[in-house]
Amino acid sequence: MLNYIKYILAGTAFGIILVKSEVMSWFRIQEMFRLQSFHMYGVMGSAVVVGALSVWLIKRYNIKSMDGEPIVIAPKKFQKGQIIGGLLFGIGWAITGACPGPLFAQIGSGSTVVAVSLLSAIVGVWVYGKWQHKLPH
Amino acid sequence: MNWILAPWPWYVSGPLIGLIVPLLLLLGNKSFAVSATLRHICAACVPANISFFNYDWRKEAWNLFFVFSIVLGAFLGHFCLSENAPVVVDPRLANELATYHITDYSELIPVQIFSWSNLISVQGFLFVVVGGFLVGFGTRYAGGCTSGHSIMGLSNLQWPSLVATCCFMIGGFISANLLVPFLLAL
Repeated sequence: MLNYIKYILAGTAFGIILVKSEVMSWFRIQEMFRLQSFHMYGVMGSAVVVGALSVWLIKRYNIKSMDGEPIVIAPKKFQKGQIIGGLLFGIGWAITGACPGPLFAQIGSGSTVVAVSLLSAIVGVWVYGKWQHKLPH
Repeated sequence: MNWILAPWPWYVSGPLIGLIVPLLLLLGNKSFAVSATLRHICAACVPANISFFNYDWRKEAWNLFFVFSIVLGAFLGHFCLSENAPVVVDPRLANELATYHITDYSELIPVQIFSWSNLISVQGFLFVVVGGFLVGFGTRYAGGCTSGHSIMGLSNLQWPSLVATCCFMIGGFISANLLVPFLLAL
């Protein structure tokens, strides 16, 4: 349990940022997909710039993790799911106004009905797992 | 303290989200991911002998702690670190939503759509249940979400993540401009 406190703190910080940046707002997502606001593009763009710079620095200087392990990032393999699943997720993202992280954030900020969306998302993952072998990949 | 209580601009919140990437790598060699938790929940609760859920989810317990803590952080962010003023949206969006009688901006999500009382309507069911299903099914099929692909994957210059991110956006553009107006009119 003690080992996990650092992840609890990191998750709490992420939750605070998701609310304060309003990226978990259904309204902000609608503005983004109607090209009415730069906010979401600014958030995601600057997050990627900072993330990429950090990963580059970690690799460049061989920075180790706290436990002294060399840092390993699993590569992403291409499969058709990134296209089909990606499109389906995009459709759901604009409807719920939330990707998975914000679903948790919306619940925490008092929208308890979103717990039903989360449950439905878990069912969606289960259905994918059940019929994965029949889907194109 | 006003700057803490007001919504944070993109150039503050974006870089902070980006810093979660090195934070998790340095804390424990973990890659930033959120949607994988939904798979771990299935593996822990209803594996049903499905090979996709047949793995030691306990090894990924950090991910469950990280993601469930988002609920706590959001609670603090909303109830302790916000003045909870109405959300300010672009007038074009407000005008469009007004035609569907969406006028309540007291919360970050439209409470007139996302509420327990609206859940039993066809509209509420489509927004809450069908929308949620697509988020879960789609992210797992794509092998990641906005965190795993769009932030972690792009930060690590993975081209499959760029493909996934473009598809997220295309799906979102189609949905927000064609499907959501139809759902709002129900």
